[in-house]
Amino acid sequence: MLVTIEIDGKKVQARSGAMVIEAADELGIRIPRFCYHKKLSIAANCRMCLVEVEKAAKPLPACATPVTEGMRIFTKSRKALDAQKAVMEFLLINHPLDCPICDQGGECELQDVAMGYGRDVSRFAEKKRVVKDKNLGPLISTDMTRCIHCTRCVRFGEEIAGLRELGATGRGEHMEIGTYIEKAVQHELSGNVIDLCPVGALTNKPFRFSARAWEMRQFPTIAAHDCVGSNLNAHIGKNKVLRMVPRDNELVNETWISDRDRFGFEGVNSDDRLRVPMIKQNGQWKETDWTSALDFVATGLGKIASTSGVSEIGALCSPSSTVEEMYLLQRFIRGLGSGHVDHRLRQTDFSDQDAAPLYPSLGQSIEHLETVDAALVIGADIRRQQPLLAHRLRMAALDGANVMFLGSVGSTYQFPVAANVVVDPRCLTNELAGVAKALLKQASVNPPAGFAESAKAVQVSADHEAIAKALKGARNATVLLGTDAIHHPDLSTLRSLASLIAQLTDAKLGYMTEGANAAGAWLAGMVPHRGPSGSKGAPAGSPISEMLRQALKAYVLLGVEPDKDCGDVRAAMKAMRDANFVVALTAYQSPSLEQVAHVMLPVAPFTETSGTFVNAEGRWQSFAGAVAPQGDARPAWKVLRVLGNVMHIDGFEFMSSEEVRDELRTRVGNAHPDNKTRWHPPRPFVSVPQGFTRVTLVAPHSVDAIVRRSDALQQTTDAPTFAALVSDETARELSVREGQMVAMAQGGNEITMPVRLDARVPRGCVLVYAGQPGAEHLDPSATLTVRGI
Amino acid sequence: MSNEVCFRLNDKDQSWSLKTYVANGGYEVWKKILRDKTAADDIISQIKASALRGRGGAGFPTGLKWSFMPRTAPGQKYIVCNSDEGEPGTCKDRDIMRFNPHQLVEGMAIAGYTLGATVGYNYIRGEFWEPYERMEAAIEDARKAGLLGKNVLGSGVDFDMHNHLGGGAYICGEETALLESIEGKKGQPRFKPPFPASYGLFGRPTTINNTETLASIPEILRHGGKWFLELGKPNNGGTKLFSVSGHVNKPGNYEVAMGMPFAELLQMAGGVRTGHKLKAVIPGGSSTPVLPANIIMDCTMDYDSLAKAGSMLGAGSVIIMDDSTCMVRALARLSHFYYEESCGQCTPCREGTGWLARVVHRVEHGQGRPEDLQLLEDVAKKIEGRTICGLGDAAAMPVASFVKHFRDEFQYHIEHKKCLVGGAH
Ligand SMILES: Cc1cc2nc3c(=O)[nH]c(=O)nc-3n(C[C@H](O)[C@H](O)[C@H](O)COP(=O)(O)O)c2cc1C
Ligand code: SF4
Ligand code: FES
Repeated sequence: MLVTIEIDGKKVQARSGAMVIEAADELGIRIPRFCYHKKLSIAANCRMCLVEVEKAAKPLPACATPVTEGMRIFTKSRKALDAQKAVMEFLLINHPLDCPICDQGGECELQDVAMGYGRDVSRFAEKKRVVKDKNLGPLISTDMTRCIHCTRCVRFGEEIAGLRELGATGRGEHMEIGTYIEKAVQHELSGNVIDLCPVGALTNKPFRFSARAWEMRQFPTIAAHDCVGSNLNAHIGKNKVLRMVPRDNELVNETWISDRDRFGFEGVNSDDRLRVPMIKQNGQWKETDWTSALDFVATGLGKIASTSGVSEIGALCSPSSTVEEMYLLQRFIRGLGSGHVDHRLRQTDFSDQDAAPLYPSLGQSIEHLETVDAALVIGADIRRQQPLLAHRLRMAALDGANVMFLGSVGSTYQFPVAANVVVDPRCLTNELAGVAKALLKQASVNPPAGFAESAKAVQVSADHEAIAKALKGARNATVLLGTDAIHHPDLSTLRSLASLIAQLTDAKLGYMTEGANAAGAWLAGMVPHRGPSGSKGAPAGSPISEMLRQALKAYVLLGVEPDKDCGDVRAAMKAMRDANFVVALTAYQSPSLEQVAHVMLPVAPFTETSGTFVNAEGRWQSFAGAVAPQGDARPAWKVLRVLGNVMHIDGFEFMSSEEVRDELRTRVGNAHPDNKTRWHPPRPFVSVPQGFTRVTLVAPHSVDAIVRRSDALQQTTDAPTFAALVSDETARELSVREGQMVAMAQGGNEITMPVRLDARVPRGCVLVYAGQPGAEHLDPSATLTVRGI
Repeated sequence: MSNEVCFRLNDKDQSWSLKTYVANGGYEVWKKILRDKTAADDIISQIKASALRGRGGAGFPTGLKWSFMPRTAPGQKYIVCNSDEGEPGTCKDRDIMRFNPHQLVEGMAIAGYTLGATVGYNYIRGEFWEPYERMEAAIEDARKAGLLGKNVLGSGVDFDMHNHLGGGAYICGEETALLESIEGKKGQPRFKPPFPASYGLFGRPTTINNTETLASIPEILRHGGKWFLELGKPNNGGTKLFSVSGHVNKPGNYEVAMGMPFAELLQMAGGVRTGHKLKAVIPGGSSTPVLPANIIMDCTMDYDSLAKAGSMLGAGSVIIMDDSTCMVRALARLSHFYYEESCGQCTPCREGTGWLARVVHRVEHGQGRPEDLQLLEDVAKKIEGRTICGLGDAAAMPVASFVKHFRDEFQYHIEHKKCLVGGAH
């Protein structure tokens, strides 16, 4: 319903129930405010937004006064301005006014408003309040004397993060914002309080003192570390990205970003950036120029092609490469005559890849996640893998949705969770089969071929029944396969079962993939069995697992650190070591590349190149380079284009990355993925595996080469540890204590690590983070023996 | 006429016992209501006729407040009694709970019935241990006698109540901070609207009344609204408890008819300390404006008369100051109180109370500046009416009135860097 009101003489229609400040914002009438924030509950505590309302005796806070029919509001009348100026004066009496040394200077809401409403001379002759600073950890620095007690940070914790990390203690003038007991903030969205804080009380710690707001320029860009594709603004000073802040996009990230997207970029300024092309001669790395380097590549690949055949050449790329890079890389390799291209670095089961959809999509819009009434999330540590998707599901859960988890890492969630089934990864298919079985029973539908046989021994548990019931009873349900499910050794069975469950419950099936651009990779044809836009990939090639097993003679790597980015590190490092020629297009002088590569070409990370990411919902988001590439580094799409020319391959005449994108975009047209997969008979289900199982998890701050180099993120509690993580129960069964060493043996290898207790790990399992030294010898799909030493 | 309503049993032996209360007609109204299923509207119209106004300080007509409650809306509703009694100068609710706890229980039960609330909470000031124990015993005895609980006396009506001991914060007397406190949160007032009648305790419709207000209900209904009204004067019905403190010979609580001349009340309290003259009176508790002797001596003790004189009846806490009082020092004490008790939530109060306290302190200690009086008036004006709750006004009003009526004393402090009265310094 609409009501007619008048603000400063302008008549407008406003939604009945809307607050005066919202109506004014829509009209472009700016009422000063500090505590109000459109995404947070109303606190009405700063009193900065006081306005005059006709017939009201006192000035009223615009943020908390609902509009009513015929209301007349004056935001700049004498009475309103008096009230606003008075509040400003109060706010400033205890504010340090240390703007020249404050990091917020130039972008401080208090400073801005003070310019318009403050007095020149303070009448406050007393000593100002001084508040002790708090240590909130490596990401946020505090200057609590500057706090104006707006409680935005407190409300953020309660309402958005769901974790009350900051609170107000003390009364009156002694009220302080803090953690009560000193501790670092840990929530994966905590960094947002930096933007929320209107003053310089909570600021960006790594960024501190590096530049003034007015010295920086701002470039829009897209986050490169997960499949959400959060919209960012990069702030640039002296051709360097100094910080990342969110750019509002209601459909994607609203006004938030994850800490990984805020602080991860730091890695682009890392000291080990590769700044010039380098070639290895007689085992020694030598700097060279681009022409020589590209000739070296062309000659090297040409030699392999002519002596061993083009099918001895394969290419791997990071799933966070841009669409343009991947489109050109696969065209380059296919142009040479080989079909060996892949971006699925951590995936291990490719048996059903022909049945996979056009690209793995969320199956719905990101926004839609907030409106589901039931969700089954399979194999995902979603809070850490896609923090903003977790946030959307949290909103749904708070609205009453049954959000359920089935996986091998039992995370905690800041919302009501209807089920959290945590099992040995080798039993994951068995559990999902239990849910399917419960549904088939409830629906009395005939099971698809092979199901009954495989699932004969599957026991339907109360959890399975409950999950089945919640999904079936929902009008708007979704089944989501997470990153861990996609990396699971039996992805094909998980996919088949998830699809069956989705069909039986009329739920939307979705994928939450690794990297910023897995969807783009599939569309660009960076998979061996399909060309761009899902076309018949000619020539066909092998997926990464085969490529590594076959030990090709030559590999081209784009943005890959083989010892950290591949699921099977052992196979990857061995294949690379044994190859005759390894070309690395890389932003970093990685130790593992120095070991295995023969030539390293310095390419630009996402901040230094134009490009496009396609997010999980299929949204194409292009961005321009925010800064020029460091040193002699070049955007990878340009390097690939020149390589194509040097090797006389057709179709490399692009003048801009936009041309590359547009060509693909035209080919894709309106094609949409259908996530439903054909049923294929599953492998036998395991209910009680023999011995121990390794659970593998990619730490949230280890997902790509850039975030691995963010010092700030590596100092957080989410950084991976060199340890064997086990639950209390498992530790008791093994008779080991925290800190004690355990030996884990498999296939003739034995690895020792200290024990750490971690309640997230299922019984009978040992969680070892991916990328830890020795971890490559512990295959998650096979039995592990573990003993205390 | 005195001790007609809340203190009517004070001279009885064991006045707080169920036996004494019942022997004096206690719970008869409650039983009759349960028996007759008296219509809520009839009860409310009696209350309206009595002209009972809220005894917590604001003097809001109780019948009108009760009519705002969505009585028939489905779901849980609450009646809450405010026995926080934190206002300096006030100690009347304490004595109701000490000497006549059952009348409060009966009042709450009737209120619960009328407002559709099956649960009541009595929020008691943290320091009130003895009253708390008396209330606990009273509730327990009433329950045993079947007067509280499920299906009270077979009527099909449910009502039970609980005492809740506060933690000693003045702000928790503000009704929405009180609700937060019962909910287990930090005692901070809520922004209104929504008002408690629509969004109160645990988010449910709630009516909050002062102890004296609720304890008056049974007698009003027993004798009729008209009887109560006529105890006092039009628009100012009933008797009122006055806590007389300060420079009098017989400080204490007095229940007298509304509209009694101040001079008479002073007489009851034994008159001003022997050998001294009346200088000023804070008539309604520390947050009400001070009145100099000549003005207050012409007032009667009721809402309208005191309002006309530029002050308020408030909670009826009469603080008497004789000619030995340094008004600057008295204000310094009051301002310090509000500075300490501000919850810190909203800007004008958090920052302003500290500013006021510091400036008054400075003036008192001979470090005042010529511009300070104007500054005090200005800061007080900037707090008033701009805060989330009434604490801001409560802090500002004394300042404005002290400076207005005793400007010369403040000026003397500033100019001579010492006290005009001298007694205190
Ligand atoms: C700062 C502050 C303190 C208050 N303290 C009390 C108190 O101690 N007791 C009380 O009954 N009312 C107190 N009040 C008034 C209550 O908010 C509320 O108006 C009252 O309990 C309503 O009851 P009544 O209508 O019966 O007066 C206080 C108000 C403010 C703003
Ligand atoms: S720290 Fe910042 S956001 Fe938090 S209450 Fe203080 S001013 Fe507001
Ligand atoms: S913005 Fe309205 S009170 Fe703070």
